[in-house]
Amino acid sequence: MSQEPLLSLEHLSAHYVSQQGTRVVRAVDDVTIRLGAGETLGIVGESGSGKSTLALTIMRLLPPAARIVGGRIMFEGKNLVDKPEAEMREVRGKRIAMILQDPMASLNPLFTIGNQVGEPLRVHEGATRANAWQRAIALLKSVRIASPQTRVAQYPHEMSGGMRQRIVGAIGISCEPRLLIADEPTTSLDLTIQAQYLNLLRELQREHGLALIFITHNLGIVAKMCDQLAVMYAGRVVEKGPVARIFNAPAHPYTKALLGSIPRMSDNRRQLTAIDGQPPDLSSLPAGCSFAPRCPAAFARCRAEAPPEFALDDGRTARCWLAAPGVAQSLDAQAAK
Amino acid sequence: MKQYIIRRAGYSLLSLFLLSLTIFLFVRVTGDPIALLTEPGASQDDIEAMRHQFGLDQPLWMQYWHFVASFLTGDLGQSFYYRTPVLDLYFQRLPNSLLLAAVAMALSLLIGIPSGILAAVRVDRFWDSAGKIFALLGLSLPQFWVGLVLILVFSVYLGWLPSSGSGTFLHLLMPAFTLGWYFAAAHMRMTRSSMLEVLGSEYVKLARLKGLPESLVIGKHALKNALIPVITLAGINLVVMINVAVVVETVFAWPGIGRLLYEGVTFRDFPVVQAVVVIGGSMIILVNFLVDILYALIDPRIRLES
Amino acid sequence: MTVITPPETATLAAATASRSTAFWRLKGFPLIPVTILLFIAFVAVFADVLAPYDPQIGSLARRFKPPVWQEGGSWAYLLGTDHVGRDVLSRLIFGARVSMIVGLTAVLVAGVIGTLLGILSGYLGGWADQVVMRVTDTWLALPALTFAIFLAAIVGPSELNIILILGLVYWTRYARVIRGEVLSLKQREFVRLAIVAGCSKRVIMWRHILPNVINSAIVLATLMLGVVIVTEASLSFLGVGVPPPKPAWGLMMADGKKGLMVGYWWLTVFPGICIMLMVLSANLLGDWLRVKLDPQLRQL
Repeated sequence: MSQEPLLSLEHLSAHYVSQQGTRVVRAVDDVTIRLGAGETLGIVGESGSGKSTLALTIMRLLPPAARIVGGRIMFEGKNLVDKPEAEMREVRGKRIAMILQDPMASLNPLFTIGNQVGEPLRVHEGATRANAWQRAIALLKSVRIASPQTRVAQYPHEMSGGMRQRIVGAIGISCEPRLLIADEPTTSLDLTIQAQYLNLLRELQREHGLALIFITHNLGIVAKMCDQLAVMYAGRVVEKGPVARIFNAPAHPYTKALLGSIPRMSDNRRQLTAIDGQPPDLSSLPAGCSFAPRCPAAFARCRAEAPPEFALDDGRTARCWLAAPGVAQSLDAQAAK
Repeated sequence: MKQYIIRRAGYSLLSLFLLSLTIFLFVRVTGDPIALLTEPGASQDDIEAMRHQFGLDQPLWMQYWHFVASFLTGDLGQSFYYRTPVLDLYFQRLPNSLLLAAVAMALSLLIGIPSGILAAVRVDRFWDSAGKIFALLGLSLPQFWVGLVLILVFSVYLGWLPSSGSGTFLHLLMPAFTLGWYFAAAHMRMTRSSMLEVLGSEYVKLARLKGLPESLVIGKHALKNALIPVITLAGINLVVMINVAVVVETVFAWPGIGRLLYEGVTFRDFPVVQAVVVIGGSMIILVNFLVDILYALIDPRIRLES
Repeated sequence: MTVITPPETATLAAATASRSTAFWRLKGFPLIPVTILLFIAFVAVFADVLAPYDPQIGSLARRFKPPVWQEGGSWAYLLGTDHVGRDVLSRLIFGARVSMIVGLTAVLVAGVIGTLLGILSGYLGGWADQVVMRVTDTWLALPALTFAIFLAAIVGPSELNIILILGLVYWTRYARVIRGEVLSLKQREFVRLAIVAGCSKRVIMWRHILPNVINSAIVLATLMLGVVIVTEASLSFLGVGVPPPKPAWGLMMADGKKGLMVGYWWLTVFPGICIMLMVLSANLLGDWLRVKLDPQLRQL
């Protein structure tokens, strides 16, 4: 990654603050991630680990109770954090698009498919009604929807779940964005349709040179789709790097546990629940490493002090004292005694 | 679907039956039917004739049968005061009530919908609290008090509007506002809650993700969905308005159904009172039935249920 | 051997949490509304002592006197006199008694009927439930005021009749809500245990169900108080409520209406303010109680 990355998150933090200001939930905490043009990044973690909040942070569409408290979001060389809302609207849907989890609920039941697919074109490119309609038909065709001419005039309730998800995909790519964020795009689809949809996304990525961020808790999808992987735990990225490296030799005990908890690649819908203990309460995190209470390898320092992000020599980083330079050797030495 | 409609229709018929039974029993058992159904000051012979005409010497169930049968044939009795059939009187007044209700409804929606949207968009902030106070006032203030204060300000002190009667559009303004304000509060609350629900939906989130300006997100994507329950409520309330305008029509001497009810009570013209109550109750039962059916047609979950 | 000492942040969070709930216990307490209600109750109880004149006797020689601060007003009649020369302040004071008595008793009558029928209907189910709920649905379809006028036209006006009429009109509101609560209580563990333990239906309804719906009944009663007072005032205003010459606020406004066009504003404005204050206070208190005691009733 010698040239400037497409998206670079630098020490990004977003917190939920309760009305009285007494409760602070660190939903996204000191996240640093880089993503080059055309690359695919997978973000995995349990529910509540901050993945979805991270995506909404990038889009600057956090719920009212949450705000960005620090860091930068560099996208195409500009910091999105201090863009005014009006300029941010021109990024959303045009430069960065996002696909939501639930295709049944993300289409407005009262408007035609054509209206909803063409809407970003009308807003961002000033397309006329007729022009947007024609391009909506073309977009439906590009997401492999049969007889787009008739489908375009129909309403969401006349479509199957898989079709709706494709339509949501068509809305995503309508303005040819540089980056597409997909938040668990396939959880509500059945297996065959899921596979078809993933293939479609890959083709679209190739055709349009899209960068993709895949938010999922399905490691099977990550293995199939992604170049880079970031593992999130309690709002922090605990390990990141090339997918193959991490899968072969996870550096963080949490990643190890995650990988250990997928039984078979064929049964890749199984969710990651097989780790002992509960995910931590984000409003009262332990003092040290937030994974320490569940970590089989934790030692005294883990409970006292949160580990920083250590860079490993193969392009990975890990937030774990075990990855600190010198620690591994001394532990080995201890074990040898 | 068919089953659902049949079941609903059955409930509505049952309600109509219970309504007629309620009215009948209250008149025959609680009150003194002779005193209520014969003119005040009638002679002993007249009373005997009436007793026979209403079949008061017959068993109760026969009396009930006569009562229902005469209602079903449109015979609601004769007004003591006006000396015309009650049904004629009713239809004479109905257009005025409809006019008042229509204008009041327009005002209530004009006030209720925008303030409900504002309260939902600025939830828990200034406009939301202001809206809550407004709704509380609307539901707490007695209508005759609002009406009298309006008369005091606009008729007595400013002299802009006529204090009572009908005929011009100016006559309509104060009664329509008084009646509409109460309903504006209800419409505001409904708009607010349904708007809040819609604003939390995925398709509104997607509309924002598309980069639409807030005016389109709210004005197009959220509003159209949020208005469905509001319009339904307004439909029911339009019928309710016709039947609850007694106080307003009395204060402003507006010659509608409510005024008719008031006259019925003050002139001890019981057939009129009874007719207004029976027709009003039936109307509301019917409109509720229609709304149920309409919802069944719109909502696929109910459609699939059967 | 690992000893996990509780992290400092956790205890801190717990401390602030308990402090904030203690604070919340009083937060939003409707002090002004409660004060107003207590004041009205006080006035109602001690009306005989507080009122400067007999509320029902006036003298035509001193009719239509304006309040003291207007030209022609005098300190003898602080808030002026009405069309037969009765002191407005004294009538307002005794009117508080009428409103309080009618309002509270009617709410109680409606509450007792509605709660009992709601419990029977919800717990017994079957045809009892069907009958109660169909009657409730039907009666709710009748606009309350119209229904009350109809009943008043039948039985004739008197204070006792008004109370019975309002009770009869408004019990349905309780019945529907209480029935819903009973239906969900029936699924709860303690009720099932009581059934298994062989308690009779009567004992279950009386000992286990009733205490658990009483909160909702109280909240409803507070909210209904305002509605009932407005309805009573409306009935009196229309001439089918409290019979004259009793000093009811609604009746005072009806009398005062005739003087309105010639500028005798005090005859309608003062009783109106009294009704408004009482109803608003009852509603604010009810709203607060609802959030406090029974969050499930929020949709009411």
